[in-house]
Amino acid sequence: MNYYAVMAIYRFEIARTLRTIFQSVVSPVISTSLYFVVFGAAIGSRISDIDGIVYGAFIVPGLIMLSLLTQSISNASFSIFFPKFMGTIYELLSAPVSFYEIALGYVGAAATKSIVLGLIILATARLFVPFEIAHPYWMALFLVLTGVTFSLFGFVIGIWADNFEKLQLIPLLVVMPLTFLGGSFYSVDMLPPFWQKVTLFNPVLYLVSGFRWSFYEVADVSVGLSLAMISLFLCICLTLVWWIFKTGYQIKN
Amino acid sequence: MCPLISVSNLSKTYASGFVALKNVNLDIKQGEILALLGPNGAGKTTLISIICGIVNPTEGTVTVNGHDIIKDYRQTRKMIGLVPQELTTDAFETAWGTLRFSRGLFGKKANPKHLEKVLRDLSLWDKKDSKIRELSGGMKRRVMIGKALAHEPEILFLDEPTAGVDVELRKDMWHLVKELRNSGVTIILTTHYIEEAEEIADRVGVINHGEIVVIEEKTELMRKLGKKQLTLELQQSLDQLPAEFRPYNLELSQDGRLITFTYDIHAERTGITSLLSQLNETGIRLKDLKTTQSSLEDIFVTLVKDEPE
Ligand SMILES: Nc1ncnc2c1ncn2[C@@H]1O[C@H](COP(=O)(O)OP(=O)(O)OP(=O)(O)O)[C@@H](O)[C@H]1O
Ligand SMILES: [Mg+2]
Repeated sequence: MNYYAVMAIYRFEIARTLRTIFQSVVSPVISTSLYFVVFGAAIGSRISDIDGIVYGAFIVPGLIMLSLLTQSISNASFSIFFPKFMGTIYELLSAPVSFYEIALGYVGAAATKSIVLGLIILATARLFVPFEIAHPYWMALFLVLTGVTFSLFGFVIGIWADNFEKLQLIPLLVVMPLTFLGGSFYSVDMLPPFWQKVTLFNPVLYLVSGFRWSFYEVADVSVGLSLAMISLFLCICLTLVWWIFKTGYQIKN
Repeated sequence: MCPLISVSNLSKTYASGFVALKNVNLDIKQGEILALLGPNGAGKTTLISIICGIVNPTEGTVTVNGHDIIKDYRQTRKMIGLVPQELTTDAFETAWGTLRFSRGLFGKKANPKHLEKVLRDLSLWDKKDSKIRELSGGMKRRVMIGKALAHEPEILFLDEPTAGVDVELRKDMWHLVKELRNSGVTIILTTHYIEEAEEIADRVGVINHGEIVVIEEKTELMRKLGKKQLTLELQQSLDQLPAEFRPYNLELSQDGRLITFTYDIHAERTGITSLLSQLNETGIRLKDLKTTQSSLEDIFVTLVKDEPE
């Protein structure tokens, strides 16, 4: 294994984040904080508690998940799309690195970024709404698994996309709706029975539910099922990466 | 001695169906400077890109130091540094940062001393902390060379290194290339300029329409270059040349009206005077005469043009 190469890619990506700290860290933190202000402080007081939890606190895990998902995908997809777009990919292709090492460097960096971002948002949320974390280790586990899984997913999108529209397509048309309808803002049993069934097909539900359980010990589905589902997504993404590698990925002529 | 790089029966057909390389065979020796000449679209970049792993070959094999470039890509790529034709760099990265990245990517432990030497050799040391986008085009090209040298490669590919580079920098570059060669690095460069190939290369290969038309030692080509031809047009056609002209190795054209004399301009006595006076004595009358020099340029032009003049 070319350890130096993985580290070089990882460091390069982290340096890029630090160079663009406003765009990559400050701006998602601010936009998520607006939700806490609006739903937590302003409207939240008029919404009744859900499962015995103050609405402002109830939405915290879901909002962190939402940022984690979108940031993981956009970080990872952009990080591999950009060298393709600029032509600097030539160096990766001519270097003694395997596709897995390239993936490890980029996905590792993207996951690190979004996990750190998730923690910053968590700390920021604490300024606006009071809450406790019942199971910090479970919380960390969900945070890491989700960050890694969706960074992998983003990496796949970045490899697949050959223009900016394609790069935005899946995040906008698929991921956004799923995250908003995944129970970040409500509990599933607030929905009519039919929609409750439909929601069970939304993968994001399992992430949000598991993550929220680690905070408040309330969940839409059992925590074991949440964990199983996220592990399944991780496997699917790993398979996708493997498959792209097998079938000749879209970066070579 | 077995070749350092061996290309055999290499063909490339792009997804568009365009055949960029046709059955190319080529051996590159350890320690030489090989110049690849060819017009736009000849396939020079394609050939280099295949050896470096950027483009997949359609057919054929390439070995570097005995290792297959696909099966043993780690061994082969570690030995190679590539300076591509296009200037593509991370605009927001510093010169130092990008060299450090390249070294790591090629699996080498950090070595600031070596990077410093590379940057100094390229007269970039004072620019090491500048963002690449703040550098001039010529400086960017030098950064690209620096990236390629960051991991101490044994083989260096330079794809049109002098495109958009001023005379002064070009000289520096050739100086650097010669120094690298002296330290044992094998260098393959492409160019459109024959003078460049003449000046720097040990061997010159000409590619056209995806085929290697000729590949020869430069001295050998220079010998051809040193030849000049004197063409004599006669007033009356000859059936055959008189025997006393045999030592001149003359050629008589089909219609018997043209005599061609090939001579070496570097020779002390070219034999032109004696030939002319002997012709005069024999009573062969001339109508016209002209001399032509077959330069590398001519060789090149006739080789790459479909219909020679
Ligand atoms: N990705 C590609 N898809 C299809 N055709 C390609 C591709 N890349 C190159 N070609 C074609 O292959 C041929 C050889 O291209 P190549 O870049 O190897 O030429 P070259 O000798 O380097 O030319 P130049 O001197 O202009 O750099 C050209 O006709 C080009 O149009
Ligand atoms: Mg070219």
